[in-house]
Amino acid sequence: MAAGVGKTYRMLEEGKQAIEEGRDVVIGYLEPHDRPETSALARGIEVVPHLQAAHGGLELNEMDADAVIRRAPELALIDELAHTNAPGMRNEKRYQDIDEILDAGIDVISTVNVQHLESLNDEIFELTGVRVRETFPDRIIDEADEVVLVDLTPEALQQRLRAGKIYKADRAEAALLNFFTAENLSRLRELALREVAEDVESRRKHSVLDPLSQQAIAERVLALVEPQPKSQRIMRRAWRSAERLGAQMDAMWVRKPGHELTDEEQTSLAALRRLAVVLGSHFLEEEGDDLVAAVRRIAYERGTTYIFVGTPDESRRREVFGGSLLSRMVRELPGIDIRVVANRADRPEPEG
Amino acid sequence: MNGLAVVLIVVVVVLAATIAVLLVARRPPRRLPVRPGARRILVPFAGSLDKTVLDAAIRIARAEDAVLVPAYLLVVPLRYAEDSPLRDEVKVAMPLLEAVELAALRAGVPVDARIEKGRTLPHAVRRLWDAEHFDRIVAPAPAPGREGFTPKELTWLLTNSPTETVVLKPAA
Repeated sequence: MAAGVGKTYRMLEEGKQAIEEGRDVVIGYLEPHDRPETSALARGIEVVPHLQAAHGGLELNEMDADAVIRRAPELALIDELAHTNAPGMRNEKRYQDIDEILDAGIDVISTVNVQHLESLNDEIFELTGVRVRETFPDRIIDEADEVVLVDLTPEALQQRLRAGKIYKADRAEAALLNFFTAENLSRLRELALREVAEDVESRRKHSVLDPLSQQAIAERVLALVEPQPKSQRIMRRAWRSAERLGAQMDAMWVRKPGHELTDEEQTSLAALRRLAVVLGSHFLEEEGDDLVAAVRRIAYERGTTYIFVGTPDESRRREVFGGSLLSRMVRELPGIDIRVVANRADRPEPEG
Repeated sequence: MNGLAVVLIVVVVVLAATIAVLLVARRPPRRLPVRPGARRILVPFAGSLDKTVLDAAIRIARAEDAVLVPAYLLVVPLRYAEDSPLRDEVKVAMPLLEAVELAALRAGVPVDARIEKGRTLPHAVRRLWDAEHFDRIVAPAPAPGREGFTPKELTWLLTNSPTETVVLKPAA
């Protein structure tokens, strides 16, 4: 609902409960709010070390998604889902890190305020006069197994604020006059209640399709790209198919060990990364000598069902004597559809 | 040498010749490789791209042996974070970029298409030239009833562009 209602506390309570049930739980990231009750509750839960990122003279703490994946717990507790990572991190947003952790088969409990929901951004602005810059896509809520509303009356929240349980005294007074007015908090509470009610209704309707059927028809698209202009086309075509399939999309470049990028390749790679952001997809960069082996590993890790690849630049001679890349992919990636993205300009123009 | 041996030799020779012809004839289709250091011509547009403007841009690119960089510009409304995915807008951009790319490739011009976003069209185009080098910009002039640069934005483009900029008037 809003900062200070007790989301982090509730998340930690769930984590402790899971530990008591014998589950392997870690803290992937805990926002250091300097709240003694929260810190006390977090004690005893393993914390995965953070990454340090320097930005604008500040030392920033970021979640190390790779470390969480390497640690491979059953459940990771990750605070502040809508957070924007420091510049230079692989993912711009924490929810993208969380997507990767989920893809690695790790359950995640996270926290977020209702005002960060992308589709509500305009409404929040109209209601509160505050434009929220950090947003996350609505699909995150749709994909969550469960959404728990942490509710508190506006009066109780203001009381917590005055008691210095949310911000220090000097900040608390300003907050009460600005965002934390009774009117704003009532509106946010109403929105949060409405969102959760709609989510419950939508889940009731979706439960008609049992989990096994959902798993059977779930699609995930992987576009294999290189830092070359033609890869823009591969990503666009893959995205269009992903849209039609209602699937998530990843794009991946397998970099040969020691490969030094030319200026042109650097430009192309940066452009592909920007395109991935526009398309809402994940861009992966892997290193390996063997393209097919790398694709196989990632495809099975991420549950890929559909691969898009550009027309290989292989000569007929190499195909005959060295073996075709596509044949290898078909042979070594059973159960995965493969589509070769052609250059339409190679198609003969209709006569007349 | 008996007749059978002669027939066998002929069959082997014909087979070898056939394979050789196949190896040569069935090469992958001709590519339009992007030459390292080639000139790059940016064609920023939004909504649609007039055919006369596209044709002219292709002619310029061909004459200069340059890579055409058609860039569909998306405006991110203030209600969304700047890095939000823009599914609906991208759906409009995709087929248009495909068509532009196809026209250029058919004309023998290598293409390196882009989708770029910003809070305004000038913001989006500035992001492009901040990230990449262009030797020339070919921009469509404003046209009544069409999306794209407004006269004011075009003035900004001409004033701030880091490179030679050509404004082309769409067909009436």
